[in-house]
Formats: sequence, C-alpha cells, structure tokens
Amino acid sequence: MSELRETYDVCVVGAGHAGCEAALACARLGFETVIFTVSVDSIALMPCNPNIGGTSKGHLVREIDALGGEMGKNIDKTFIQSKMLNKSKGPAVHSLRAQADKAEYSRAMRKVLESQDHLTIKQAEVCELLVEEMQETSSDSVSRRIVGLKTFTGTVYECKTVILCTGTYLKARCLCGEAITYTGPNGLQAANHLTDSLLELGIEMRRFKTGTPARMDRRSLDLDRMEEQFGDEKVIPFSFSTDPDEVQIDQVSCYLTYTNEQTHDIIRANLDRSPIYAGVIEGTGPRYCPSIEDKVVKFSDKDRHQVFIEPEGLHTNEMYVSGMSSSLPEDVQLAMYRTVPGMEHCKMVRNAYAIEYDCIDPKQLYPTLEFKSIRGLFSGGQFNGSSGYEEAAAQGLIAGINASLSMQGKEQIVLDRSQAYIGVLIDDLVTKDNFEPYRMMTSRAEYRLLLRQDNADLRLRQIGYEVGLVSEQLYKAVLCKREQIDAEVFRLKNTVVGASKWIQEFLSAHESAPLKTGVTLAELICRPELTYETIADIDLERMPLPDDVVEQVEIEIKYEGYIERQLKQVEHYKKMEKKKIPADLDYNEVGSLRLEARQKLIAYKPVSVGQASRISGVSPADISVLLVYLESSRKKTDR
Amino acid sequence: MRTDTIAAIATALSDSGIGIIRVSGDEAIPIVNKIYRNKKNREVLLTYESHTIHYGFVVEKDGSLIDEVMVSVMRAPHSYTMEDTVEINCHGGALMMKKILMTAIEAGARLAEPGEFTKRAFLNGRIDLSRAEAVMDVIHAKNQFALKSSIKQLRGSVFEKIKALREKILYEIAFIESALDDPEHISLEGYAEKLSDQVSFVIKELKKLLNSADDGKMLKEGICTVIVGKPNVGKSSLLNLMVGQDRAIVTDIAGTTRDTLEETIYLGDITLNIIDTAGIRNTEDTVEKIGVEKAKTISEDADLILYVMDSSVPLDENDADIMRMIKDKKTILLLNKSDLDEVVDLTAVNELLSSVSEKRGSVYMVSENMEEEEGLHDGNDNIVMVKISAKENDGMDTLVHVIKKMFFHGQISYNDEICITSSRHKEALLEALESMNQVCGSLENQMPEDFYSIDLMSAYASLGKIIGEEVGDDLVNEIFSKFCMGK
Repeated sequence: MSELRETYDVCVVGAGHAGCEAALACARLGFETVIFTVSVDSIALMPCNPNIGGTSKGHLVREIDALGGEMGKNIDKTFIQSKMLNKSKGPAVHSLRAQADKAEYSRAMRKVLESQDHLTIKQAEVCELLVEEMQETSSDSVSRRIVGLKTFTGTVYECKTVILCTGTYLKARCLCGEAITYTGPNGLQAANHLTDSLLELGIEMRRFKTGTPARMDRRSLDLDRMEEQFGDEKVIPFSFSTDPDEVQIDQVSCYLTYTNEQTHDIIRANLDRSPIYAGVIEGTGPRYCPSIEDKVVKFSDKDRHQVFIEPEGLHTNEMYVSGMSSSLPEDVQLAMYRTVPGMEHCKMVRNAYAIEYDCIDPKQLYPTLEFKSIRGLFSGGQFNGSSGYEEAAAQGLIAGINASLSMQGKEQIVLDRSQAYIGVLIDDLVTKDNFEPYRMMTSRAEYRLLLRQDNADLRLRQIGYEVGLVSEQLYKAVLCKREQIDAEVFRLKNTVVGASKWIQEFLSAHESAPLKTGVTLAELICRPELTYETIADIDLERMPLPDDVVEQVEIEIKYEGYIERQLKQVEHYKKMEKKKIPADLDYNEVGSLRLEARQKLIAYKPVSVGQASRISGVSPADISVLLVYLESSRKKTDR
Repeated sequence: MRTDTIAAIATALSDSGIGIIRVSGDEAIPIVNKIYRNKKNREVLLTYESHTIHYGFVVEKDGSLIDEVMVSVMRAPHSYTMEDTVEINCHGGALMMKKILMTAIEAGARLAEPGEFTKRAFLNGRIDLSRAEAVMDVIHAKNQFALKSSIKQLRGSVFEKIKALREKILYEIAFIESALDDPEHISLEGYAEKLSDQVSFVIKELKKLLNSADDGKMLKEGICTVIVGKPNVGKSSLLNLMVGQDRAIVTDIAGTTRDTLEETIYLGDITLNIIDTAGIRNTEDTVEKIGVEKAKTISEDADLILYVMDSSVPLDENDADIMRMIKDKKTILLLNKSDLDEVVDLTAVNELLSSVSEKRGSVYMVSENMEEEEGLHDGNDNIVMVKISAKENDGMDTLVHVIKKMFFHGQISYNDEICITSSRHKEALLEALESMNQVCGSLENQMPEDFYSIDLMSAYASLGKIIGEEVGDDLVNEIFSKFCMGK
C-alpha cells in the first residue's frame, strides 16, 4: 500500500482557541503550517459560555493582543455586549468581558485562518506522533525529537515541530445522568487514538472533567420576570489596534434570576442520579466552576444562587443558563430549571452535561511549553490541564511563537511572573501541583499592580515586535505613548501650585483640604477626591493628550507608592529567575538536599533557581544548597 | 550584583565576656552608621577606613544608649563574605547581643538565614572550591536545626494564637479576592468598615505578641526538663511539689496539643520548663500506648531528665526500658517514697544501669549535707541520685541544689538557639505589623479593596514564617472552600 506523505514545518493538532493562535503565529512568521481539526465547522468553537474575557481572563486577551495574537481582534468583531468589570475597584482588577456571538466568533476566526498565507486547514484525526532518536552534539546522551505525525487515514505529515492543542477531545466522554456518550463537546467526534501514542512515548496522562449548563429556547423564557443586565455605555475594545469608534454598537442584554429552595430540594432529592455523586465520573473537576449540584451541597447555607441568562448570538434563540451547569439526568434538569422564576415553561435546546477528557500533567513541559522529553513537541490549552478559552489562546500563542523561534534557531521566550498574566499562567502550570483544570485568577498574580489590562501594550508590544508578530508601526506607536506618559508625569511632578486664593477656592469646591504650602500637581492628583481631569482648571499648561495616555499618567501618579513597592519585590524576584539551572543537572550529585526536594527537583527539572524555589516541597535551605552547588560547578568549568 | 544586608550574632550565645554582631552586605556600613555613635556622640562610621577598629556606642532610634562597643569596619572585598562588613564587639550576654542585633535589623538589615554568611563567603569566592560540599552540609544542618528548634520552642498558646490570626487574615483576603474574581456574585459593599475593625484587632494582637517577644514569653525558654518513670511512682506529685515550692510561677500552660503537662519554674537564675509525661510501662492498652510513645519522643528532646523511682517497689523490666531510653541523657534519679520501707537501693540501681549501658558512669547518691558531690563534676557521665519523699516534702532542697550545681558547672546547657529564634520571630512579627499598618493606611486613603489584600497577604506570609508554614495554595483553597463562585 502506498502511503501519502506531505511535508510541513509545523503541525498544529486541534483548531480551538489554542490551536488557532498557535497556527496563526507560526504561519505569520513564515512557516508552512497545517492545522488539524476533527471538524472544520468547529474552528474556534465556544462549546461552553458565550463570553470572552472576565476577571483576569480579560487581562490575558489584552496580553495576547499586545503580543500579536488574534483573540482580541476577533471578539471586537463579533461581540454583542461588553462590560468593564470591577470598575469601582483599583485599576489592576478592571477586566473587560464581552458576550460573543458564538457562531460569528467561530466564522470570523475561520475566515482569518483561511486568509492566512502559509496556513493549511485539514479535517483529520491525528492518531500517532512520529519521533526519532538523535545524538546530542554537546554530550554523548541520546534524546528524541519530533519528525511528524500520522492521521487516522494513514497519511504521514513530516514536520519539524508539532503543537498539541487537543482541548477536551482526547477520549472524551459526555455524561448526562445515566446517559453516557463517547463524544467531544457538542456531540462532536472524540479523538480516541492519540492518547495511546502519547502513552507509548512515555508521556504521563491524566483525566479532567468539566461541565456546561443547558441552553434554553428564548421564546420559552419569561425574561420580563428577570432583571435586565445592560452592557457599558461606552465600550472599550479588547484589541489595542481596534478603533474605539468601531465598537460602539447596539448591544443586547443579559438577564438575572435566582434559584430557590424548591430548586435545591429537587437537586438534593436526585443526587443519587448525579454521575459525580454516584461515583461514575473519574475526572477531577474545577472548583471555581462548580455544577449547581456542587453549589447546593457545599454551600447548603445559601438559600439562593444567581443565574444569568445570556444570549448565544444574534441569529439564534439559544440562551445560556450561566451558573447552573449540571450532569443530572435530563428529567431532573428540566424539573430543576423550571423552578427558577422566569423559567417555569423553559424548553431545553441542549441539555447540560459534564465532559471528561485526557490531558497531561504539565510539569512535563518547559516554561516554553516544549516537552522536556521530546524536542520539537509543544502543547497548549486544555491539553495542558488548564480551562477557559483565554487561557488556551494564551498558551497556544506562546507555543506557536516558541515553536517558530526554535525552528529559527533562536532563543525561545518565557514571560515571567512580573511581565504578564501569561507568565503566571504558564509558570503555575509547569511548576505547581495542579489537581484540577487551572483557571486564571487575579489573586494568582503577585505583581498584579504592574500587570494591568490597561498597560499590556506597554509591557508586551516590544516582545511581540521582536518576535515578528507586531508591525513596526504598532511598536513605534507604543514607544511614542510611553514617551508621552513619561513627559506628562514629569511635568505634573514638577509643576508647583501655591496656596493662592484661587487655588484654595478650587480645592474647597472639590471638598479637598486647603494648601498650607505649595504642592505639585502630582501631589494633588494623589488625593483620593481629586483626579487628573478635575484639576484641569488649575493646570494651565496642560496640552490635550489621548485618553489612553491620560489613563496611564493618572494610574502611575495615584498609585506610585504601591507600584514602587511591587517593583522592588520584582527586582528581588528577577535575581533568582536569572540564575539558570542546566537541563542536564544530576540532582543526585547535589549533596545535602533533602530527599523530598531532590525527588521534586528531578521530577520538575526547573529551568531557573527561581522556578525551583516555587516548587512545593523545596525549602529555602534546599535553594541555598542548590546555589552553592551551581556556583561550585560553574567554577569547576571555569578552570 | 547588589545584595541585601544581613546581620547575625557571630559568637556563641553564652554569657561570655565579649559578643560579636556581624553585619554584611551593600548597606552594612550605612546601616550600622545609623546606630553607632563615637565618643563625641557623632555619626562617623562612614568616614572610617577599612580594617580599623573604633570605640563608641550603639544607640537606639531615640538616641538612648544601648551598650558601649568596639566596631570594626571591613570594606569589600577584604572581608569574610567579600562584602562590606561591620563587626560590633559588645559586652557578652545573650540579652545584650540580641538587643543590638534587633537594633541593626530595625535600621534596615535582615536577619541572616542559618549558614548565610558561609554561603555568601562561598558564592563570592572567599571559600575554596574544595570546601563546597562542606558548605552545603553546614547550610543544610543549620537550617534543619533552626526549623526544628524554631517551632519546638514556640509556646503552644503562642502557636495557636498565630494560627488563629493567620486564619482571620486569610479569610479576609479570600473574601476580597473572591469578590474581585466574581464581582457579579459577591459584593464588597460596606466592606471597608468591617475590615477596618478586623485590622485594628490584628494590629492589637500583633503588638501584644511583640511585647511578649521582648519579654521572652513567646518561647519556652529554659532547660527542657522531662519527668519520666513508671506509673504511680509519684511523677505528678513531684511536679506539683516543685510548682508549689516555687512561688515565682509566671505561667502554666497545659499542653494544648499533647496530653502531657507543662510548667515553667524559676529557680533563682535558672528557668526550668518542666514536662510531666505518662507513666512508662509495657502495655496493650491503645490509649496508654500513645502516651508512652509520646513520653519517649519528648524525652529525646530533653536537656535534663528527672527519673522518678518508687523505692518501695522492686526494679523490673520497665525500669530497664526507661534506662535504655535515657541512656544518653543528663539525668537525675529521684528515689521517691523514702518515707516507706526501702526495697530499692543504690546497689540495685547501679546493677541495672550497668546491665543496660556500658558507657555510662555510675550512680552517685547525693544526700542533704552534700558531702558526696564529687560524682557531680568529675567529668564522667554519672547519674546523680537523690532520695525524696514527695508526700512528706522531703529532699526537695537537695534536688534544687543539684540542678543548680549541674547548671553552673555547665553540665546541663541552656538552649543557645533560643535567642536567635526569638529574634527571627520578632523580625517576622515586625514585618507583619508593618504590612497591617499599610492596610490601615490604604483604608484611611480610601484605596480600592484590591490594594488591601496585597498587604494582608504579606502579613499572612510573615506570620507563617513563625510557625513554619508557607503560603502555597492556601488562598485559592480558602476562596473555593468558603465562597461560592459563580458560573
């Protein structure tokens, strides 16, 4: 039998949010790329909630955009409602969240992929990875590298790198009460073969679980009995390159209602029919996204839970029932949903279900998202044990960038915890013990005052530019923005106003304490009751500046003390990140390490002393011992 | 590369004549400059040349004098660590050294990690490569010991208090964070006021703890003395008697986590931290077995064992067990119930001792008139035996006398590390207090809620250092267990 063989630079397995970003990054950097999906109609599918962004996830989208990714642009084209969350709180936790028109989102992304040079879309199930052994040039050890993959139909694709973004499709199993189907999300075909190939290659697999609520027919809901939730009056786009005027559209509403004791009684009475409580589900589910069963059981003191009814798009009647995901049987689901005010006559277009799938323990990856054991093999998204569209897209982008950099023979990039939420996300995945699908949270970012969604361009545009995904024009725009910010902050810090009658009157009009001596304008902006805008009347030399510059100026002045403290912490943190650990370090040679630390270090193979220090079970004393060892071997080589 | 500045006590913490506090790092000279004055009460340290030594004083922030000292300045790279180093030679005495150390820390130094000077000396190239292995061993050993003693020395009640404070702080952070993460489900409306009360409470508690750290009440200072023996030989009566005899009891803490009783007793200059244990015998009873196991574990950490025997009951296999258990320990043997007919005597005890341990010296009887004291300090690892009657309150003076003698002859040692431990605890408490004050400031300035949790988290981490707990996934776990997230 003759075999069909094709040759590419990169094979991306899966065309969800991770796969799309990975493939686009590689193709845009000039590499011949093929992206595989079990169904071309499901490219960039949103099988769960109809939102992009949200707390901390909005940050990720902004960072993806700053680096030259696609997600932000795509949601700006296809959103139907948008909100800035946490507006009453500090700038670090402001987060954009948009309701997407799901079908449009998917279609728009497909169009982007289809218009991209060097990118081929292929509907096929990938079954096997092809790997060869290679002699290391630097030492006598033998390692493995990826050389291609094979699809179910037997075609071989030779390539230099493979990026696995299989999402929830590997050996997927959907559960709805007693009914179990062996499919991926939305009844799509599961990928049942690749897991075996991965296991054969010695990759450690695990099983995770997640779930989604039912979709209702809008006509069956009494939305008038719920609280209507509107979008923001002035919409802010996700992408730094989207014209803000283009996103001021007519928005649709969401609706808020609540469960009640009756709902909870039905759930409690039928718990024995829930696959989770009956022990049928093997996978570990996420705690931050509990099913309604979990909420009722674990928070039995709460007499009601919020339910948000969200439209899935402009051209569909389907409404997403946020807050009530479930794996109870269909009859129980319907009974429970019908106890909720406004949902008494609801008709389910799609049932709620739980889904189980195979994924990896991400400690097998370097922070570049390349496998430690197989060169040229990268992975991103839910396959790495994360959850969420934005988390997936972020990893896909980084995997795509690093696959490209490795083919260019350049040093791969690792964003650190002080540079980006993406850095926190990946560092957590590859360094910490994760026992559930990982979701981004602002509390996971220790330097979050620096990692704001409003300054993602200032933080990351340069990296995107250096990689080659951001145009020179966009990069120069950011440099110019930085200059304008610095100049204005400098001016405000050096413009002094005296305690003249005019100034005192202005202050008292704004309920601000009168001056005793002269102060700078910056000091006035620091007062809680004053802003950059309010002091315009007494700032006579002010020149008009773009809104985004003003926003940065205000934040940098108002929160200066806090920001400086975090910068100091970052300085300390960076020191340890810069101390690299050679990949071939034999921890058994390092005397005086405690046994637990030794085992953990061998398992994780951290790339830096900083990463080592974040592994649970590695104490500061172990780190000291490691530092001394590294120094002594460095000196030995120097000799 | 820039490094932070570390400080530690460089000499043994005994009551010797001279003590040295060493400060090393980029800021060593400016930091000591803040706390050092010359004879004319001037800040002059910055002007001193390298490798010179000077007479002067260490002063507190308000300028009040702490001690007269000699300081030597060694500029980089000509010092042990190859960094700028200042050594403060002060009058010996654990308290004085600790005080000067804390003053240096308040002036901006950080308390050195165990083995850190050695580590720096090595990393900066001062110590030869061939000694790398040894350096690693030193760091490892010192840290293991510090960690163990740090928690071991903490009083049970203090441990519980810090745990409770941490729980309180974590709950508040988790509440803020879950509201930030899920603003549509959890509201922070009116929260600042509630937090303000909690913050004042925590600050008040931290200040109390700091005071007790100064008084040394946070730690179980003193000679760790463990009473062992078979059941019903009079261990508890002995403890009661010692407690009763000593009118200066300051604290008595029932062990909160163990079913043993702890008392602190002051015998003049000596502090005893006495632990009464369950009677030791071979038993099938599960509960009793646990008690016996605990008694054995506690005895391992003891500085001094008080082994009580009932002189009216013949020695048996259980006594042999106890002898084996304590064979490496400084021990005083108490022959109780001297008011009853005696069936156990010095010969019987000596026979038993030599049957279980060859290395050990012999047992000496010390009587009330103290004539036979040579056994106390002839250098051999002897056991001193005292006849007492707990019931008749007889022989107690002799016991106290023997303990004092042993202490002043250096046969039982006071735990040196305690001073370091308490400095470490104090540093952590100061950090926590500083963070809580920041929260206070943020509240006063009406900063948004997300600013509070940053400093609350720092306080949480600082307090964790005292009880040996890291932050890890505590916050995420707390968020998910206490607050119902949406979706």
